[in-house]
Amino acid sequence: MKVAITLAAALCGAPAFAGWEPTKPVEIVVAAGAGGASDQMARMMQAAIQKNNLMKQPMVVSLKGGASGAEALMYMKSSEGDPNKVLIAYSLIYMLPLSAKIPFNWRELTPVSVIALDQFVLWDNSAGPKTVKEFVAAAKAASSPFKMGGTGSKREDHVLTVFLEQKTGAKFSYLPYKSGGEAATQLVGNHTESNVNNPSENLEVWRAGQVRPLCVFDKERISYTSKVTETQSWADIPTCKEEGVDVQYLMLRAMFLPGKVTPEQQAFYVELFHKVTQTAEYKDYMEKQALKPIFLTGKDMVQFLEEDDAVNKSLMTEAGFVAK
Amino acid sequence: MEAFGLLLHGFAVLLTWKTLVLMMVGLVLGIFVGVLPGLGGPNGVAILLPLTFTMDPTSAIVMLSCIYWGALFGGAITSILFNIPGEAWSVATTFDGYPMAQQGRAAEALTAAFTSSFIGSLVAVLLITFLAPMISSFALKFGPPEFFAVYLLTFCSFVGLGREAKHKTVISMSLGLLLAGVGMDTVSGNLRMTFGSADLLRGINFLVAVIGLFGISEILLTMEERLALRGHAASISLRVVLGVWRDLPKYWVTLLRSSFIGCWLGITPGGAIAASFMGYNLAKRFAEEPESFGKGRIEGVFAPETAAHASGTSALLPMLALGIPGSGTAAILLGGLMVWGLNPGPLLFVEHKDFVWGLIASMYLGNVVGLVLVLTTVPIFASILRVPFAAVAPMIVVSCAIGAYAIQNAMFDIWLMLGFGIVGYVFKKIGIPLAPFTLALVLGNRAEDAFRLSMIGSGGDLKVFWSNGLVGSITTLAILLLFWPVFDRLRAKVAMR
Repeated sequence: MKVAITLAAALCGAPAFAGWEPTKPVEIVVAAGAGGASDQMARMMQAAIQKNNLMKQPMVVSLKGGASGAEALMYMKSSEGDPNKVLIAYSLIYMLPLSAKIPFNWRELTPVSVIALDQFVLWDNSAGPKTVKEFVAAAKAASSPFKMGGTGSKREDHVLTVFLEQKTGAKFSYLPYKSGGEAATQLVGNHTESNVNNPSENLEVWRAGQVRPLCVFDKERISYTSKVTETQSWADIPTCKEEGVDVQYLMLRAMFLPGKVTPEQQAFYVELFHKVTQTAEYKDYMEKQALKPIFLTGKDMVQFLEEDDAVNKSLMTEAGFVAK
Repeated sequence: MEAFGLLLHGFAVLLTWKTLVLMMVGLVLGIFVGVLPGLGGPNGVAILLPLTFTMDPTSAIVMLSCIYWGALFGGAITSILFNIPGEAWSVATTFDGYPMAQQGRAAEALTAAFTSSFIGSLVAVLLITFLAPMISSFALKFGPPEFFAVYLLTFCSFVGLGREAKHKTVISMSLGLLLAGVGMDTVSGNLRMTFGSADLLRGINFLVAVIGLFGISEILLTMEERLALRGHAASISLRVVLGVWRDLPKYWVTLLRSSFIGCWLGITPGGAIAASFMGYNLAKRFAEEPESFGKGRIEGVFAPETAAHASGTSALLPMLALGIPGSGTAAILLGGLMVWGLNPGPLLFVEHKDFVWGLIASMYLGNVVGLVLVLTTVPIFASILRVPFAAVAPMIVVSCAIGAYAIQNAMFDIWLMLGFGIVGYVFKKIGIPLAPFTLALVLGNRAEDAFRLSMIGSGGDLKVFWSNGLVGSITTLAILLLFWPVFDRLRAKVAMR
């Protein structure tokens, strides 16, 4: 009986993994500090893989957030041919080489899959203005510019701030903090007037009633309708376009292997992360953090990356953040 | 009495066999690390940190904080028996502890050190228990100017209150600040001083520097000076212990004063070392016969040890509530928290109650268990003395190298550590204190960011550092402390007349 079960399991599981499987613990490389969105996502995947037995080898999270994530990029670049390291990437792969002249190009890595898209939301303190219109009016009327907190300099949050200024005519002074968590705490403590954190970064303080979401930077509302706070769900947040501020930005969350790995190794991870996206852990996480589900791989992924790269490049150029 | 209920909850989290075993393991490892010359608290915790990466946060912090308590207890052993301070703050313990050992009163000195450590920590833990809930709302008042003011206070108090020559402290601190600038600059998003090297991208890790500066350089010095550890045999009998305890009430003023100084300086980040010296100096100043200090007076052990432990313990409070480490070891624990996925800050007390109160409860338990453990195991640890230095030194070097490598899994860091070992050796030779250098390396970056963020926010107006009562009083206090020696001299002159 036991033999039959083992055989059946082997038959079902085996074809996908034919050829290659990791023989060492797999390192999931996070290009950000502890507790940030990438780190949380990495830990979710680690748990999903472990609980559902998707891989024989254990997965370890390795934080390489030094130099605003450049450390992780250089680490992946120098690990050429090592199939036991996966990077959980976001738009820093386009932006860092432009702003800080890091000698890195994502085309040198092996793309595995795009697993989610992250939103950006305009938040203010719950004691502040209640709508985008009031917020913009208050920012324009203020004697000294409103302070906008964000993560890092010349990155997503900073770019969004520049475009917010262009579309509304209001002026902000942008304060670059080390993490989204810090930006959240500073908004709660009234040291900044607003931030453009990802949903996951402000989730806890929103639930605690300390901050208010004003609008989401996407062309459609977030789809999740179950209540997050006592009165509101993610779907209740209007888009910025609805509120008269036409700024849109989504950030990819994608998995990469180092360069020069074999197609079998790549195939193993494509399959692995495809299975991850079907687990309950992944689905829960997507809803809780208000992420947009997506799964792209192969040619589709490369095409997506090229287009996304072009968008980011033009935004960075327009904002004046490209290093000469 | 909300705190009391939460504390009981903390004990409930803690009282599982697994945690208790981890606690014992941590304490024994800690004492061992404390006894090994050249290691001590920060290094020990740094080296053993990766062991805890796979544990859940509560078990991990319990084990690490027990390593910390153990190392504090152990540090006193080397200070008293060998005249080698395990930590910067046990330096003051050697002033009277070592003479006592030379007079054959080692057991008495050790008991005094352990007991006063215990009392100091206990006072600080009580303070944490009842102040912690208030601290988290207080913490929200901290924006960039407030943070900068606190860092400024730390730097200034080092210069103003330190015992070393002022210019040497400033030199050491400036070098630390310079090296803290290596890597990515958060505010501008540009790279600085990396010279195109991928290894320098992530900046100079403070732990790597500490292991080299303290551990490796101590080995180099020992090799040069004596090639052997000299020490005195020690055993503790129940009679001696009870004898010291019976005399304890006589010294209540000293104990209370030192506890108070310790807690105050511990909560003000970076004060632990200053606390032990201040405790010692004040005990001396108020004693009836100050000239007997330094010749083996038991109060000379009580005062610095109580203050050092009170500050070492209360230093964890700003680390948890504000994310600002009050001591080297707290800075390492802070790194640990982040590795376990906990963000220290105001909301830690709200969102991770189990963790915070488990930690506070572990401070009570860890100290009680630790006291019993050190009193019973001193003879065993003291026997390390009999191992030839030639055998101990390579072991220490290897453990330092493993520690440096494990922090970021980078071979480059081992070379960096050796480099810092030589730097530390040279510094010790020419009498430049290492503590300000380390402090600047840990806080330099944050201080710079906080200053520049304040400037962006205020549009370049320095008045922002006096813009409200909180930031204004911290900044003013910082400047007063910086010029403290000048005031002190003026006062002395006036008194002379």
